[in-house]
Amino acid sequence: MSETLIKCESVYKIFGENAKKMLEESNGNVDAKTFQERGCIVGVNNASFEVAKGEMLVVMGLSGSGKSTLLRCISRLTDATGGKIFIEGQDLLELNNKELIELRRNKMGMVFQSFALLPHKTVVENIAFPLQIKGTNTEESISRAMEMVKLVGLDGRENYFPRELSGGQQQRVGIARSLAVEPDIWFLDEPFSALDPLIRKEMQDEFLRLQEKLQKTIMFITHDFDEALKLADRIAIMKDGIIEQLDTPANIVLNPATEYVRKFTEEVPREKVLIIEDVMDASSKDNLGDLKVSKDEIIENVAEKILTQEKLVGVIDSNNNIVGSIKPSKIIDTVFGGRKNGS
Amino acid sequence: MEYLKKYPKLFQWLFLLIVFFALCFAIDVPETYKFIRGQAEFVKDPNQSVYFFLGKEVRYYAFDVFWRLPPLLGWLPIWINDSLFFLMNEWMPMEFWNEDTQEFKTRPLLLEVSRNLTSFMTFLIELIREILLGGLETIVAFTSWDFIDAYPWLELPGLPWTIVAAGAAILSYKLSGKGLALFAGLTMIYISIFGQWKPSMQTLSFILVAAPLSFIFGLGLGIAAYKSKRVEKALYPILLVMQTMPQYAVLVPALVLFGVGDHAAVIITMVVAVPPMILLTILGLRAIPPEVIEAGRMSGCTNWQLMFKVLIPTARRDILIGVNQVIMVCFSMAVISAFIGAKGLGFNLLLALNQLNIGLALEAGLCISLIAILLDKMSLAWANKQTDYFGNLSFYQRNKNVIFFAASFVIGIILAYVGTFIFKGSFNYLFEIPHNKGISTADFWNKGVDWIFDTFFVYIKAFNTWLIQDVLQPMRALYLRMPAVATLVLAVGAGYLIGGIRSALVVAALTLFIALSPWWDRALVTLYMATFGVVISCLIGFTVGTLCFQNKKSAAFMLGVCDIFQTFPSFVYLIPVMMLFGITDTSVLIAVIVYATIPATRYTIEGLRSVPVGLHEAATMSGVNKFQRLTKIEFPLAFPHMMLGLNQTIVFALFMVIIGAFIGTEDLGQYILKALSDKNGAGIGLTLGICVAFIGLIFDNLIRTWVEKRKKHLGIA
Repeated sequence: MSETLIKCESVYKIFGENAKKMLEESNGNVDAKTFQERGCIVGVNNASFEVAKGEMLVVMGLSGSGKSTLLRCISRLTDATGGKIFIEGQDLLELNNKELIELRRNKMGMVFQSFALLPHKTVVENIAFPLQIKGTNTEESISRAMEMVKLVGLDGRENYFPRELSGGQQQRVGIARSLAVEPDIWFLDEPFSALDPLIRKEMQDEFLRLQEKLQKTIMFITHDFDEALKLADRIAIMKDGIIEQLDTPANIVLNPATEYVRKFTEEVPREKVLIIEDVMDASSKDNLGDLKVSKDEIIENVAEKILTQEKLVGVIDSNNNIVGSIKPSKIIDTVFGGRKNGS
Repeated sequence: MEYLKKYPKLFQWLFLLIVFFALCFAIDVPETYKFIRGQAEFVKDPNQSVYFFLGKEVRYYAFDVFWRLPPLLGWLPIWINDSLFFLMNEWMPMEFWNEDTQEFKTRPLLLEVSRNLTSFMTFLIELIREILLGGLETIVAFTSWDFIDAYPWLELPGLPWTIVAAGAAILSYKLSGKGLALFAGLTMIYISIFGQWKPSMQTLSFILVAAPLSFIFGLGLGIAAYKSKRVEKALYPILLVMQTMPQYAVLVPALVLFGVGDHAAVIITMVVAVPPMILLTILGLRAIPPEVIEAGRMSGCTNWQLMFKVLIPTARRDILIGVNQVIMVCFSMAVISAFIGAKGLGFNLLLALNQLNIGLALEAGLCISLIAILLDKMSLAWANKQTDYFGNLSFYQRNKNVIFFAASFVIGIILAYVGTFIFKGSFNYLFEIPHNKGISTADFWNKGVDWIFDTFFVYIKAFNTWLIQDVLQPMRALYLRMPAVATLVLAVGAGYLIGGIRSALVVAALTLFIALSPWWDRALVTLYMATFGVVISCLIGFTVGTLCFQNKKSAAFMLGVCDIFQTFPSFVYLIPVMMLFGITDTSVLIAVIVYATIPATRYTIEGLRSVPVGLHEAATMSGVNKFQRLTKIEFPLAFPHMMLGLNQTIVFALFMVIIGAFIGTEDLGQYILKALSDKNGAGIGLTLGICVAFIGLIFDNLIRTWVEKRKKHLGIA
């Protein structure tokens, strides 16, 4: 595993007057109900995880599950009530105001659900805003902002005001703004939730294209499970402030840890999510037929080919080495069967 | 019993009313009681007794406490007076350097502060006044009279009126467009031609000083309140009282602290104009979406950058609406503060009204109204103007307004110069048309008024007599017939039924303050006039509003009319009614009705408009007719908002009743007017102002609490 960029150790966020005291008294054993009786609301409950450099962690949960609160703890827009958060090994909660501002100016970028553009600035001025706040001179910040405009495909509209743009275009500005300072860490808080389904899909593809190019470390918040499956390296599923499961999309679909997670996975078309590697048999590499498939291929794309075979189908890696095999019946099994027991 | 269970509230109210009337009938008017007229409160009377409170002598009548509470708070005005006197003349004596005598002198701190503030304000006002009208005080302030004698050409010449008119038109064009530019130009030309230039510019210079200062203070305090809960809590009661305090009551303490003149008026105008600015600043900052603030933070803004680069620009519109409010308050204060010697249009209006020269008053009033509309439209246009991008425009396009102004400046000066040749020996009309040397239609209007009087005198008189004898007098007698205890029970009971213990306590405290002040009878008279005005205003307003709502165009038109009428300083309304009804209570009441109908109409239309479209469609699909839709859906849903209109109507009515004292009514306002000319009037004026504010606040509290509950109940909060 590559180096860790973000690390959370039992992070709590509890809203209410005596939150800190009550958390200390509870010894890290927080029960939302008892807290609520005493006037406190639990936002994030004992969250521990790591995000590696260049990884995209998608936090998925329904509204009120604490996913946005968790993100705000890590960007320190709110202060966590308990626990430790490390960014590049540095304790975030120890930073003073000045250091925090420095960190945000150089290392962090954030995209918001409602775009949060400044209404009195044009597209290019909005994008240049973080640079100007940092003290970059006007000329340099504008030319940098123009690069960003091109990156998100808004050339020709740089002198428009946000009110003159469609939702999708506004979010492109939001994305460009968050990338203007070339941050290492990129926070996205439900960036596509406010968009129409068609635009949303277009923006997701655009986002994947960008990430391919930029290789940022990303925390992406969404309430849309399909979106999470499509984008994520790993998914954290949250409920009532607790991370129910944190794993790769395939593992979540194949092995839901809790009943709650299972409900989400039930309707998921597995052939679209799983790749061959997830379902292949790595132990048997003999008696293979003529057909070979790549282990990174999504099942849907090769299912038809595999199902016409009678023998075992060989699975190869990028160097054409055989790493396993797959039975045609396994495909049928994956797509149609075994939903109840999840294997 | 079944009914009782079904409508518990109704029976509670009935019970309250029964108790109230029972008390009214049970408590007889004491034989010694008589409605005190004029100065009676301050004259020795056989029934009067004296007691001492904190060393102060307080006189009161042998009171039947059920009938009227003793004026236990009688010491308050005296105490306020003495404290003010002490603060001004004795508190914290310090050594101050005196420029004139070149030595240190011992003076009380506050007196020195007030002197310095006064001279600073005077300087500012004079500076702007002299830019507009010419003069030499500013130069003198920097040098000396001797200096100006030696170099008389240094005297500021003042701007020719043509340049100011062109400037106003160009600014309007930039802010809004051709329509407003035309209006601005015509207004300025009208002012000039009718010889109102000098007083208008005096009033304008007053606003140009008071408004920016109020804006800065209001914005600063608003930001402080936004940032700190504690500041907000400290400011809140002051803001609340200032909203319902008649503007004219704050004039009195200003007299004591700052003396007579423009400077005192500017300072006191700031006291009145800052609260709405604070409120709108807080409102605007609160309305910013949290994500925008977070975006600012994540961009790495320091607190300072966040405030000035993110928050304030984002709240721009609300803050500029605050500026609009500030300008309008400043303007109406500029008129009213004629009472404490501010120069300008208000002073001329006051003079004309005092001489019963309705024609002149009408001209000044029209001027005031036109300027009010112009200022209102200009500042609103500014607030609604979107920022434009101009990076890709040519130099000419970017600066055309400046170029036009420079051109008109040159042309104006040339015209003024040419004027010296045309009007040799008389006034240079192309430079400045002196006061009362323009066209005047005063004679025409005066003749008109005389004609109306001659022709309709009988009818007006008959109407007047009927109204006063058969409606107003009995109504007044009924109000005065209420025993204090019964009134208290009614107010507190209403508070309890509407908002529970909390409201009951607030209302009780407010009512008790008035009941314990020496002016309970006057407050009742104020209340009766206000009630009469409010009832009729609401009837008219709700009817007109409902009728206009039936058609989109007429609704928009009516709202426009309300907008325009609302910009007029309240004082202006007295002119036409005095023209028709002379100096009677009827005049005041009609002015009250006209003024208070504005919010009643506006809120009715707005309330009906705010009913969601979905509900309309749902109602239409269930097959209701227009009338059913109005009674079953629109009225119930719009009712809370209409009640807010009632709240505004009450405040407006109270303001007008108080100002009506100028015509001669017998209510609290009369005493405020009297306090203005009283050396020891500050305490009385302030206490009276608070009494009026409290009457407003009682209704404000009750109505707002009810509306909030109702809105929650309807789910439209």
